[in-house]
Amino acid sequence: MNEGREHTIFHHALKVVPELCIGCTHCMKACPTQAIRVRNGLAKIFEERCVDCGECYKACPVSAIIVEQDDFNEIFRFGARVALVPSVLIGQFPSQITTEEIFGSLKKLGFTHIFEIDSVVEQVQQGYNRFRENYSGPAPMISTFCPAIVRLIQVRFPSLVNHLIRVKPPSDIAALHFKEALIREGFAEGTIGLFYVTPCAAKIASIKSPVGEDDSAVNGVINMEYLYNKMLQLILNRDVENDEGETGNLTSKGILWSLTRGESKHQPGRCLAVDGISNVTQFLERLEDAEETNINFLELRACDESCAGGVLISGNRFLTVERLNGRAKNLPDTPQDSTKNAGAKFDPDVHGLKPIAARSMMVLDKDRTIALEKMNKIEDLLKVLPGIDCAACGSPTCRSLAEDIVLQRASITSCVFMQELYLRKGKITLDEADRINAEIWGEGRDQRSQGK
Amino acid sequence: MQQRFQVKGGDFINAGKASSTVKSMLKQLNVPANLIKRIVVALYETEVNVAAHAYEGEILVKIESELITIQVADKGPGIEDIELAMKEGFSTASKEVREMGFGAGMGLANIRKNSDTFTIESDPGKGTTVEIINKLSF
Repeated sequence: MNEGREHTIFHHALKVVPELCIGCTHCMKACPTQAIRVRNGLAKIFEERCVDCGECYKACPVSAIIVEQDDFNEIFRFGARVALVPSVLIGQFPSQITTEEIFGSLKKLGFTHIFEIDSVVEQVQQGYNRFRENYSGPAPMISTFCPAIVRLIQVRFPSLVNHLIRVKPPSDIAALHFKEALIREGFAEGTIGLFYVTPCAAKIASIKSPVGEDDSAVNGVINMEYLYNKMLQLILNRDVENDEGETGNLTSKGILWSLTRGESKHQPGRCLAVDGISNVTQFLERLEDAEETNINFLELRACDESCAGGVLISGNRFLTVERLNGRAKNLPDTPQDSTKNAGAKFDPDVHGLKPIAARSMMVLDKDRTIALEKMNKIEDLLKVLPGIDCAACGSPTCRSLAEDIVLQRASITSCVFMQELYLRKGKITLDEADRINAEIWGEGRDQRSQGK
Repeated sequence: MQQRFQVKGGDFINAGKASSTVKSMLKQLNVPANLIKRIVVALYETEVNVAAHAYEGEILVKIESELITIQVADKGPGIEDIELAMKEGFSTASKEVREMGFGAGMGLANIRKNSDTFTIESDPGKGTTVEIINKLSF
């Protein structure tokens, strides 16, 4: 990894709040791309490695990692204030609460139009079919539904980027589609504000810095956790008027699309669904090693139970899945002709993605000879480091410390075991050791008995 | 850079360790993805061959800036007729094993296909040695 040499700016939704961070190692150890280090007593996220999966957000014991979002009052800058609603929002509410009440509460909060994004899954499916017919690349095709997975493949499995299906996810197609519909109804383009109610951090990042498209049609992102509290309060106070929403053609296929096997069970051939980012990583390693050419379609989701387990969803993910399955039973299997977006077609020029570029984070140096030297050094360092992955050096594992040392981001005395050895041999002084520890854990860390 | 790996006969679970390790190393060296794939496939098939046919084997991987050399030496039954064993579809696997999806007779042919230079020698009754040399740039 070439920190500082990369000119591309990646927008990330996950930020560390310095005032709250206690500089423990939970987030660093949970990160699937080893994108976090502890420096000066604070967690530091390496931008080019982060895939916005939100594992750190879930792991933080003091809520010091926050998900950046747009200010809710932004919506009032627009005449048409559109809430783009994923099905998992509906799944937060018990079955006694109707979708009309749920949508009514969103209207009450200030939105003028409620659109269910999963009502466009037929268009996504058309896109998949079209892509499959023209696809000559290696099997299996990999879904681009989950933005954290797309980024994971870009940085950690660069050899697999060609497997990615170049079709925009439902949220993006829905935004484009509904914007067009409102323009047809007479709204000026500048007066339409499209706000996506997001269950995850990766989606925020993918809207702010899209992959495979120049610009996102979505104007803003609203954190689902924030909205849920306000909605529930209105509904419980019976302070809402029923609203049917704008699309009315959510199908049983659509409402379950964002859950595990939501896509894979509708694709032809041998299909596999994997959820949970560590499970996905394990499977992709395998896919890279041995050729799993017998699988046609791979659905990969970063969160356990897919979007029902999104990091911005506070409700229990298993209950969400059960509730959505319950609601699916009362929905038609195919879109009804009478509904507003019936007959909408997939348009590859508008709804397709451009080729997705690899941006490997693994490379030690662009010069092979230097990279080889660094690799030799790493192997030598691993022979002396304790191999217990304690993370007290501020790097998640002994191997990552060895990498940080050769990339000049840490020194061998960052390791507490090596430091002890150097002290005993008189190679460093106690003052020097204190300074090294302060660089990792902050000033005076060794003198306090409790957290901040 | 040199790495040694041991493969035990019959241990299919750990066959693949060498190719997995070598894959991560080649990624760190910025080797083009399709060249990594060729090397990984050749090495993986070799590991599986040792696990399937030999009692034990040792893999020596040597990485230089433009070249990777993989030497595999096993103790095992060896191969009587190498030319025949190299043929696509030739297999010593039983019908039952083939019905389970193994022993399609593509292993050695696949290794050769994914190698730039491929050498095989065998001493029937003693063992087999294989050498794979691949370039690390186009």
